[in-house]
Amino acid sequence: MSDRLVEQLHALIRSASTDLPADVEAALREAGRLEAPGGTAANTFAAILDNVRMARESGTPVCQDTGSLVFYVHHPTGMDTLAFRQAIEAAAERATKDILLRPNAVDPLSGRNTGTNVGEGAPYVSFKPWTKDEIRVELMLKGGGSENVGAQYKLPDSALGAGRDLQGVRKCVLDAVYKAQGMGCAPGVIGVGIGGDRATSYLLSKEQFFRRLGSANPDPKLDAFEKALHADLNQLGIGPMGFGGRTTALGVFVAAQARHPATYYVAVSYMCWACRRKQMTLKNGEATYDQA
Amino acid sequence: MIRLEIPIAEPKIRELKVGDTVLLSGIVVTARDAGHKLMVEERPHFLDELLRGGVIYHCGPVVRKDGERWSFVAAGPTTSIREEPYQAKVIESYGVRGVIGKGGMGAATKEACRRFGAVYFHAVGGCGTSIARSVQEVVAVHKLEEFGTPEAFWVVRVADFPVIVTMDAHGASIHEQVREESKKVYERLLAG
Repeated sequence: MSDRLVEQLHALIRSASTDLPADVEAALREAGRLEAPGGTAANTFAAILDNVRMARESGTPVCQDTGSLVFYVHHPTGMDTLAFRQAIEAAAERATKDILLRPNAVDPLSGRNTGTNVGEGAPYVSFKPWTKDEIRVELMLKGGGSENVGAQYKLPDSALGAGRDLQGVRKCVLDAVYKAQGMGCAPGVIGVGIGGDRATSYLLSKEQFFRRLGSANPDPKLDAFEKALHADLNQLGIGPMGFGGRTTALGVFVAAQARHPATYYVAVSYMCWACRRKQMTLKNGEATYDQA
Repeated sequence: MIRLEIPIAEPKIRELKVGDTVLLSGIVVTARDAGHKLMVEERPHFLDELLRGGVIYHCGPVVRKDGERWSFVAAGPTTSIREEPYQAKVIESYGVRGVIGKGGMGAATKEACRRFGAVYFHAVGGCGTSIARSVQEVVAVHKLEEFGTPEAFWVVRVADFPVIVTMDAHGASIHEQVREESKKVYERLLAG
């Protein structure tokens, strides 16, 4: 395991924990502008933006829930993934010591916190081989409060009147975001996975959080669907922290994958306003961190 | 803006209304899932003095230790609804006057606030760094070994900790109001 790689991964974790992506910060600023000046919603956005600035300046975590670490590593075939995983674990442990991460890995049987953010299945790392000769590392810090308000649906759902089509998917997303109220630290980013099995539907919904806010869906049909759904969600009026307001979702991203003929799952994942994701590219050992 | 010193007397708490912005100063005790379970199931007495007229904070902080001295680095609120099965009993048995958290709480807690004279203070979720600056001193920590950092009882002195009253001692809840209003829109959108 190379010390240099551990250092590079540690820097990625530091950036993710102590600063927000530029598109997220800009979306929060814009949401604040839409609220009546001096009201609770506007003041809440102001408090959020102050906190983001302070965290960046002092190099301390934006939120004390520094989340679960979720890594996606796109790599050339033949890379030693075991060594890479070890480097991720070493970086997570060091970042915890450096107070960039709260210890968030708990053994569910003993109740013991490992104290390092390393445990069975933690950090989560997904390796994806590709044909490029560089390594792309994507990291999100996924908070527990927002994870708790995620939901999975099995269509058709007669209570919602939701069938196996995009109209049915729309109803699932409305239901999940309505039920979440402010509990996932609204306004959230909403990730939706259509199809797959029980496990992969949630995975797909969470992978959407790597998309840039405002980016178009490559599928024109889903792109139109996302835009209409985003407008619908903001009509709910839940607002920042559930205090009431014009922005309930910062964005909604939808993706579909093959399903078994008998199943039709819709997973809705919720990312809090502190949507912490950062990426870097490694080429010939050199790291380039994505700006924004 | 209302300034309140902890411990808080019952009449002061009953004066508060939902929507009030409050700056809290004094001793606050963090407690989350393991802490609430313990307070109800074992009813320990080491928190009695701190919680009579006191304030509980739903928070699992990021902390730093320099020598023997602890400090808070990031300390925003955690989701409160997980403590709903315990909160009413904790308010009653310890004489708690305020609970700080995020996301609001349910009917049992609302009723306990009304009956025993307590309010729910909402802090802005995610504001870990800025809220930690309201924490002047870590006075003590209990159950750190057993529960781990996020779940331990951290006894802290705060100054001008900014919160909004979202559930008051008169049975009002902003969370219920927003839920009911959003429900009408939700039902219309579902039908549309």
